[in-house]
Amino acid sequence: MPDYASLVIAAPLIPLVGAALIALLHRVPNLREAASLVTAALLAFVVLQLLAGVLDGARPAVSLIEVLPGVGLAFSVEPLGMLFATIAGLLWLVNTLYSIGYMRGNAEKRQTVFYVCFALALASTMGIAFSGNLFTLFIFYELLTLTTVPLVTHKANEEAVRAGRVYLGILMGSSVLLFLSAIIWTYVAAGTVDFRDGGILAGVLAGLPLAALLALFAWGIGKAALMPLHAWLPAAMVAPTPVSALLHAVAVVKAGVFCIVKVIVYIFGIDLLAATVEAQWLVYVAGTSVVLASLIAMRQDNLKRRLAYSTISQLSYVVMAAAMFSPLAILGAAMHIAAHAFGKITLFFVAGSIYTAAHKTQVSELAGIGRRMPWTMGAFAIGTFSMIGLPLTVGFLSKWYMLQAAVQETQIFVLAVLFLSTILNAAYFIPILYIAFLRRPPDGAPPESHGEAPWPIVVALCITAAGAVLLFFYPDVPLALTESVAQSGGGAGFPPPDSAN
Amino acid sequence: MIAQHFPILIVVLPLLASPLALLLRRSEAAWLLSLAVSWLLPFIALSLVRQTAGGEVISYAVGGWPPPIGIEYRIDSLSAFVMLLVSGVSALVVTFARSSVADEIPASRRAGFYAAYMVGLAGLLGMAASGDAFNIFVFMEISSLSSYVLIAIGRDRRALSASYRYLIMGTIGATFYVLGIGLLYAMTGTLNLADLAERLPAVENTRPVLAAFGFIVVGLSLKLALFPLHVWLPNAYAYAPSTASAFLASTATKVAIYLLLRFIFSVFGIDFSFKAVPLEPILLALSIGAILVASLVAMFQQNVKRMLAYSSIAQIGFITLGIAIANMDGMTGAIVHLFNHAVIKGALFLLVGCVVFRLHSAQLEDMAGIGTKMPVTMTAFAICGLAMVGAPGTAGFISKWFLAVGAADQGRWWLVGLMMVGSLLTLVYMARVLEIAFFRPPSPRLEKVTEAPLQLLLPALALSAATIWFGIDTTGSAGFAQQAAAALLGLPPGGQ
Repeated sequence: MPDYASLVIAAPLIPLVGAALIALLHRVPNLREAASLVTAALLAFVVLQLLAGVLDGARPAVSLIEVLPGVGLAFSVEPLGMLFATIAGLLWLVNTLYSIGYMRGNAEKRQTVFYVCFALALASTMGIAFSGNLFTLFIFYELLTLTTVPLVTHKANEEAVRAGRVYLGILMGSSVLLFLSAIIWTYVAAGTVDFRDGGILAGVLAGLPLAALLALFAWGIGKAALMPLHAWLPAAMVAPTPVSALLHAVAVVKAGVFCIVKVIVYIFGIDLLAATVEAQWLVYVAGTSVVLASLIAMRQDNLKRRLAYSTISQLSYVVMAAAMFSPLAILGAAMHIAAHAFGKITLFFVAGSIYTAAHKTQVSELAGIGRRMPWTMGAFAIGTFSMIGLPLTVGFLSKWYMLQAAVQETQIFVLAVLFLSTILNAAYFIPILYIAFLRRPPDGAPPESHGEAPWPIVVALCITAAGAVLLFFYPDVPLALTESVAQSGGGAGFPPPDSAN
Repeated sequence: MIAQHFPILIVVLPLLASPLALLLRRSEAAWLLSLAVSWLLPFIALSLVRQTAGGEVISYAVGGWPPPIGIEYRIDSLSAFVMLLVSGVSALVVTFARSSVADEIPASRRAGFYAAYMVGLAGLLGMAASGDAFNIFVFMEISSLSSYVLIAIGRDRRALSASYRYLIMGTIGATFYVLGIGLLYAMTGTLNLADLAERLPAVENTRPVLAAFGFIVVGLSLKLALFPLHVWLPNAYAYAPSTASAFLASTATKVAIYLLLRFIFSVFGIDFSFKAVPLEPILLALSIGAILVASLVAMFQQNVKRMLAYSSIAQIGFITLGIAIANMDGMTGAIVHLFNHAVIKGALFLLVGCVVFRLHSAQLEDMAGIGTKMPVTMTAFAICGLAMVGAPGTAGFISKWFLAVGAADQGRWWLVGLMMVGSLLTLVYMARVLEIAFFRPPSPRLEKVTEAPLQLLLPALALSAATIWFGIDTTGSAGFAQQAAAALLGLPPGGQ
């Protein structure tokens, strides 16, 4: 049996060492990229080892050092973190391949800084995924913000710097003002900040204070982009597309909703929240966020911005599901973290592919591009279907669980939101497909000569699109993980695992 | 045995080194002497820390005259901790000094600079070591006089008026202090701090004692630059030579805070200070004023050193805030922030010293684009800046955690909120510098600029690394601060 404790430490350490290696190799681009790939592959290997262990029931935990009285640097692996780490780790490998194609294809400057920060961001992500208490989580949460700022401001022009300000201001501001206050409140009230099955706040806080603490967490974790603290995400779209793809569709934003789900399950405890009437507000706020973000997305002509608002909407799905505070809903929330990751990274890969091959960024410019870039736009279609939640894609599964949970809890509001937002999702995604495949280029436009993007880009986006389909047919691994997450919150009302299909 | 005499040696060694440095005349020789002494002192301090760690108090009778007739040096865990801090930071600063001093100070004055530095160091260590109120006054004057020299000795002529202003304010502060202890002497007939603490309760509700308390607290507040008595500080730090700025910013105000703690808690006692006198609301209001006003002012500074100086005033506000909270966690926060701020601010001033060495300017506009030319320096600056903000994983987080938990324990959530706002203001002015350094196109004057030589860079990076070290391994800082806080509050070690 592998030594799981060392693997847990290795997970954040591998990208960290990789970052140093990449920095050292800055004069030799080929070796530098090789270092990126090797690091990503090693991390994927470690994560898969851990995954196998967790599926066998292992719960490795490591305590490193006590930093504050009763609060230390500690890692522990539970199923939800394992799910998040697996998604981020595997997609990083694909994303690295994509990055190489994209950064070279667009002859971007300062590529070393880019790869170094990327690796550091992944190290922070692993730290978040495996953190054993709120303090450790907070360290890596802030590190993730800081290491991604140079990626957002990569272009270093006026627009990028302004975006960097918004990004840093909202993420740091919310985390220091609200998140940290929430952690301190938790510590003062409960005397600990450890993540424990069933939560640590039962019998400590109740009623309105509990609901207020939930609010501090929900908005303090700004990475979840719950409205109105969402403006940083569209701003971050000035970054090179691989950043938007892995970080602002997967690692960073998923870190946000992951933290919220983790706090709900392991700090509050589902049973406690379910019994607190005052805590019901979160469903309504998140649901409103789902619909509003979709409405804004419809009005965006810039493809990446439209995707960004779609992400805001999809993140609020996760929060809304988790806020129903039932095991089945938590399962839906956790599944949606996985489902959205594969779908959205594909869509961003496509946006970058179009930009690299055709230098286009606006939806309205895409007339007829489906014929020139069939692989790319085919993957786009799959990603879109997954976003809408059509069967044969993984997006269907998570929405299905959410629906079930809403019915079980008789949450009419959630049902209405799910219904409305599915229509809205279709309304802002299907037109893109229509334009790309069916609309002819306007008369008099200069003839296009481009074909597909460089092969690493195309391979990468095909892999993730295939992932979105395969997960529909083989959801066993994420389901097994999410089921044990849901169970650690409290057991009542949990259906047999196969009732979905 | 020599170890017996450590309490006095730690003061006498730099005091003796000073005239020697002047006699050596050559700046290289004076530096080497200062370096040797400066690196010896932390080890002596460490030994004192070890001896006092269990709560023991070392009493040393100067000249063999037993107290209260003779002067007593009285070292407990808090004073040993402060001495370790002062001597440790100073050792790194002196290592840094050679090239920087050679660059910023005319050759004829360099030996004098080291002589003044050694006197100042002796004064600060003496203030921490001494258990005699008047002897403390003497050391206070010694260190102040040396600081006036250290500030004014460079080429920058604005330093002259800055130093003069400091001299006026510093003298007023010292005068207030000496008036206060004069009154105490009149009422109790002793100047020994331990004796004072014993005899004061008998006379504590008399007007002279109240007046003495006022004089001493105001005098020390001037010295530690408590808002709004801070006006001497910004220009003094901004226009002093880099070495002097780093040394003074990280040590001088901290020793004054140590004395404030000593008088409030050990001499007058927490009951008198917080019940007979409305110290708490005043200290609270001024601390909040310091945090908010000084941080806001810092945002608009054009000179990085001046910005860091205002930042110091704000951070001192955090320390005094912890004193005002006056429970176990709040006091731990105050003491650990005294330590952490010294480390962080020392690192920041040394890093700016590296920049000044290459640029010969600390103006923000001249630093445009310097991040690409001095990436190591500016990355370290970013890390220390984040430590100042209180980012988790850095020393600054530890202090703010204790302070916030202390306030939360008392149910003062608004105070926690204010601290967080203060941290965000810090983020704004630090991010402003980084944005200019990394995202503005480099000016042509930066063309030949590279990283500073290792002799400058290494001490600066060592202190920067310490800001992370003390954010993770806190046994040496927070663990110690907890013991000291418990001792000051009269609680058993470990508190509560």
